Amino acid sequence: MIECNDLSLVYPDGTQGLKNVNVQINKGEFVVIVGLSGAGKSTLIRSMNRLVQPTSGGLYIDGENALAHNASQLRKLRTKVGMIFQHHNLVKRHTVMKNVIAGRLGHTSTWKSVLNIYPNKDRALAYENLKRVSIEEKVHTRADQLSGGQQQRVSIARVLTQQPKVILADEPVASLDPPTSHQVMNYLKTINREDGITTIVNLHFIDMAMEYADRIIGMRAGEVVFDGPVAEVTERTFEDIYGRKIKDDDLRGGKTDYEPTEAITS
Amino acid sequence: MNQQPYLLPPRRKRNVKALLHKCFWTLLLVSLIGWSMQGIADELNAERVFSMRTIERAQTVIPQLFQLNGDQFFRIVGLIVETLAIAFTGCIMAAILAVPLGFFTAKNMMGNTLIGRITHAFFKLWLNATRTFPEILLALIFVASIGPSPFAGVLAIAIGSTGMLGKLFGETIETVDMSLVETMQANGATRIQVLFYAILPQVVPEFLSYAMYRFEIDVRASTILGVIGAGGIGTLIVISAANRNWGEVGLIVLCIIVVVTVIDYLSAYARKKLV
Amino acid sequence: MNQQKPSLPKAPGLVSQRKRTITIFIWVGVAALYLLSSIHTNASLLRFDGEFFSNVGRMIGQMWPPQMQYAPAIWPKLAETIQMAVLATALAAIFCIPLCLGAAENIANNKWIYNTMRTFLNVMRTIPELILAVLFVGLFGIGVFSGVLALFIFSLGILAKLMSETVEGIDKTQLEAIEASGGNKLQVIWYAVLPQILPQFASFSLYVFEINIRASVVLGFVGAGGIGLLIQQQINFLNYPAAMAVVMVIFFVVILIDFISNRIREALL
Repeated sequence: MIECNDLSLVYPDGTQGLKNVNVQINKGEFVVIVGLSGAGKSTLIRSMNRLVQPTSGGLYIDGENALAHNASQLRKLRTKVGMIFQHHNLVKRHTVMKNVIAGRLGHTSTWKSVLNIYPNKDRALAYENLKRVSIEEKVHTRADQLSGGQQQRVSIARVLTQQPKVILADEPVASLDPPTSHQVMNYLKTINREDGITTIVNLHFIDMAMEYADRIIGMRAGEVVFDGPVAEVTERTFEDIYGRKIKDDDLRGGKTDYEPTEAITS
Repeated sequence: MNQQPYLLPPRRKRNVKALLHKCFWTLLLVSLIGWSMQGIADELNAERVFSMRTIERAQTVIPQLFQLNGDQFFRIVGLIVETLAIAFTGCIMAAILAVPLGFFTAKNMMGNTLIGRITHAFFKLWLNATRTFPEILLALIFVASIGPSPFAGVLAIAIGSTGMLGKLFGETIETVDMSLVETMQANGATRIQVLFYAILPQVVPEFLSYAMYRFEIDVRASTILGVIGAGGIGTLIVISAANRNWGEVGLIVLCIIVVVTVIDYLSAYARKKLV
Repeated sequence: MNQQKPSLPKAPGLVSQRKRTITIFIWVGVAALYLLSSIHTNASLLRFDGEFFSNVGRMIGQMWPPQMQYAPAIWPKLAETIQMAVLATALAAIFCIPLCLGAAENIANNKWIYNTMRTFLNVMRTIPELILAVLFVGLFGIGVFSGVLALFIFSLGILAKLMSETVEGIDKTQLEAIEASGGNKLQVIWYAVLPQILPQFASFSLYVFEINIRASVVLGFVGAGGIGLLIQQQINFLNYPAAMAVVMVIFFVVILIDFISNRIREALL
């Protein structure tokens, strides 16, 4: 699904963001990238959507050479690759529904989206996705009146409305409390399993990585230092990746607070 | 000194520089005021200003101001409506014009290229220049070029307001959260979609709020445009004052006070609701 | 459309029905108002035709180049304008102190005084300076005095409003400290209020001075002194280049004063 060949990135100020990254991610996998902050997790995930521009190497997404794309091809590619951000990045003054329908932007003609004309099919899809993250009763609430966890669920609904083949999530739970974090990760995992969407998540919490990942990629100083299925991972592996002993800060905890009975069905 | 139970604290060391600083500013201020007093002293001569003539005049004028003369009431209302129409038309024109100007003067929109920087500097200069002139001075020029009419007033209000609104709009755009732009780009949005879904929602409520605030100012400004023939209530007040029809002047001033107060109140309420 | 499954109900709109109705209503209202007022003022966009631009272009052509030989006649009037603004600002700064204390909720304990002051200041600020000038010219005759008085009243309203808000924003604990040590009202004001508001006071006074400079430029139109008289005279004589020279002088003086005042205000705060 995604293939990085010797992917490198040097920022204009000379910082080496990525160093010869070779990764191949298969369809339907749930991959968690771990590493200390500054290890290049974010750079790698943003490279896959070309929000940052790799300086050398090859990047193939769904068979397409992403680095060769011009602006309009890139937009088309990005509709296939959804992205979830740490700070939700919702339009605070828009309603939840309008935020979610923004996922259709890449599929809608410019003038229609400017005039807010969306077919019933699109709006139904958006509403369906709100139901999936069980926040449909807030459909016409302004986004800034939601809690952090609710906002992140709305941003998941937005990505789903995009109908992507890949979901990239950049530290999606870093600004949430433990129970909410688990809730959000559960939604991501469920979507990954039910829809077969390839999911790549940046995390720095070891316990969460272990719990949700199929496969873990460890990064340090822009390089991939570990890549393997979660079964092969031990505490020792994390100490190697982090280059130090594991601390309490590296764990999220709080799993027991979460009640999985809350609907994750469609 | 030794017998005293309490000792005075050691004298503060005089900060010579600060003292000189203070002296300099005080001296400057005093001389500025002194220069002003001396410059217009003969005009401010108490004997001249408070002569018997003035006192007599005050005795007749002030009571008359409060004996409101309603003969021309409907004409006054009509002119007040015209005043508001001038302010509104001018303000809307300015608000629309100021949007592109705001984008041109926002550093984060123009980028760091040479052309971007030049455009930024050029429009910034232009906006600063328009803000320098009082509206009525602009109105005078328009009256001279297209003749006395409310249209001249509208133009003056529009151009005068563009300066302030463009500057405020530009500053608002500079505070936009660019991560939303990135989010929409990650969705595969086009540039125009990014504009409508990431930038405008963040700035439009502020724009509207500023435009309403500017409308309050424009209403005040347009009441005086008539003094030079650019439409509105100002024409009548000059005529009434020239005719010594003080009751009518009183009524006009009262009308202005009421209308401006009501508009300020409504606008403040709407702005509070908006943001 | 007909391929749609019957089970798919009508999906919700982007905003609630009620909100959409209100929004549409407001926008249509504003558009209608704009249309009406642009017709009323005869300022529709159709007016921006070739004739309009040729008129304005001709006007600018006539004004250019500014007749700078006229400058020597400008200086005395320019000085008068600045002097008026200085005096009015100084007077406003002095008289605003009792007013702003009276209009500050945390100083004026008497609700009645506070409300009266507030209303008084609000009313004062609604009358534009040129209308005040018309009134005072009627009362005191043509001349600088009427102008200074108009500027003074006008700027007093603004300055007192700004200052009363500053006073309301001061640190209350300092007031309580002086009160607790037995200070009377005047002592509280002297030791706790004044030191806190002094920088803002100076800054706002300068700001009002900038406003007064702009305002005093036009007072001459109604005979209340200052440089406005020259502009009006020259335009009435159709001597546009000379009028332009005055406008240019005003332009540079206003920019210069704004610049200096901004620098001082930055240093103050």
